[in-house]
Amino acid sequence: MQHEELKIKLAELLTSATFEEGGEWTTINVEAADWLVFAGQLRNDDSLFFDYLFCLTCVDWKTHLIMVYHLSSTKHRHNMVVKVKLDRNKPEIETVSHIWRTAEFHEREVYEMFGVNFLNHPDLRLLILPDGWEGKNPLRKDFEDPVNMIKL
Amino acid sequence: MYKEPEILSNYALGSNSGVSLGEGDFQINFGPQHPATHGVLHLVITLNGETIKKVEPHLGYIHRSIEKMCESLTYRQFIYVTSRMDYLSAHINNHACALAVEKGLQVEVPARAQVIRVLMDELTRIASHELWWGAMAMDLGAFTPFFHAFRERESINDIMEETCGARLTMNYMVPGGVMHDIHPNFQKRVKDFLQLYKRKIHEYDELVTGNIIFQNRMKGIGYLSAEDAVSYGCSGPAARGSGVSSDIRKIYPYEIYDKLEFDEVLETAGDSFARYMVRIKEMHQSIRIIEQLIDNIPEGDFQAKTKNVLKLPKGDFYTRVETARGELGVYIVSEGGTTPYRIKFRSPGFSNLSVLDHMARGSKIGDLVAMMGTLDLVIPDIDR
Repeated sequence: MQHEELKIKLAELLTSATFEEGGEWTTINVEAADWLVFAGQLRNDDSLFFDYLFCLTCVDWKTHLIMVYHLSSTKHRHNMVVKVKLDRNKPEIETVSHIWRTAEFHEREVYEMFGVNFLNHPDLRLLILPDGWEGKNPLRKDFEDPVNMIKL
Repeated sequence: MYKEPEILSNYALGSNSGVSLGEGDFQINFGPQHPATHGVLHLVITLNGETIKKVEPHLGYIHRSIEKMCESLTYRQFIYVTSRMDYLSAHINNHACALAVEKGLQVEVPARAQVIRVLMDELTRIASHELWWGAMAMDLGAFTPFFHAFRERESINDIMEETCGARLTMNYMVPGGVMHDIHPNFQKRVKDFLQLYKRKIHEYDELVTGNIIFQNRMKGIGYLSAEDAVSYGCSGPAARGSGVSSDIRKIYPYEIYDKLEFDEVLETAGDSFARYMVRIKEMHQSIRIIEQLIDNIPEGDFQAKTKNVLKLPKGDFYTRVETARGELGVYIVSEGGTTPYRIKFRSPGFSNLSVLDHMARGSKIGDLVAMMGTLDLVIPDIDR
């Protein structure tokens, strides 16, 4: 599906969503509460069929966090980006690891690096950071490590 | 920040791994310093006898926080760090970053630079697959192939050294083109390499591919279905071994790949042998690409004119390229400054590793190395 066509279809599925213009791919902003149901529709709807989650990450905007999901369809070859705004002090979002299995590892990475709590995740533990890690999340903007970080 | 865990034995045994051990079950630590992990990968394997019940990767032994580091480096500087991610595809990593910056700046890369870039990418792909081939055979207990693979790989490294000045971390691609022009000997030496390669390639098949012991250890081992490959985010030869068309060079062509003649290699068996065959055939396709280009390097500039200080406009920029291991994504979030606000590297190894647990359950521990070998894991690429 092309950009315009995709936009109409997505707007039908989720009326509360807003679109972001200017990007390479169709970008949609979704509320955290709507995300789980919407994700299932993206994966299972035949005309959308976004079966390949090729990037899952988070951006710290100092006042809030944004989860960014890059999705692709191996059948229709169209791509889209989903952005979900989260509260920085208590970031919580439903896991999608049962929809796209690759999300399990990526969410564990975001959990330790940004402190996002993924609800109903099967195995939410530290992945890259060592056991016994306490305190702040390294990829947040206010993180400081006086020992290992060199300011440039 | 880091507090030593109170009971070390808990950590070593992976008590927090979420596996309840049944009767006769036990856990072993594979790595982080094990010759077959090709780096510092730590797997906690739950076994019952010789049967694998769960494989659980513990990462981070070579985590350098490249993403955080890039946030304080300029758009010219951060490319050099990425050679240290997937060190066997250094050129292709640099290429991906250069493309992302060019996308933001909307710079047109001169034709000569595009051809040089693609040539370098394909040489890198061959070198990477050759190292994989030798190392994988060594994991399975055959030492000789390693020397055969390195014989050809050395000549590629020599070509790289002459033009880029480095053998491993090339840092040759810059935003707008390549850092400097190719060495006058470049074309001749690449042609010499092609001749050498064609003379020797049959040895690969005679030594390993057709070997019945090797085939018995690979066929039917580590089966991965096409749906699982997509769901786990596998890319590159790991996905193409299961019949999933995932070659970024074909699907979303960048540079001049859409004008070149080459085939996307697909195997449908989904086992370790299929993934092995994909890489072997991919080397032939890379040779095909190099042959098309080596006599047709256009004259002209090797670098577009760019400003000294690069500033990307506000917005998100994402590029996808095909490295030797699969799809590498570079996601740049720019605030309009001279440094990226946030960078994410979607590394192929990270997703390919996540499928290992699913793949290995129910198989024997002796087959685990064959599965890891055909996933072609490069640990610095996984940890970043």
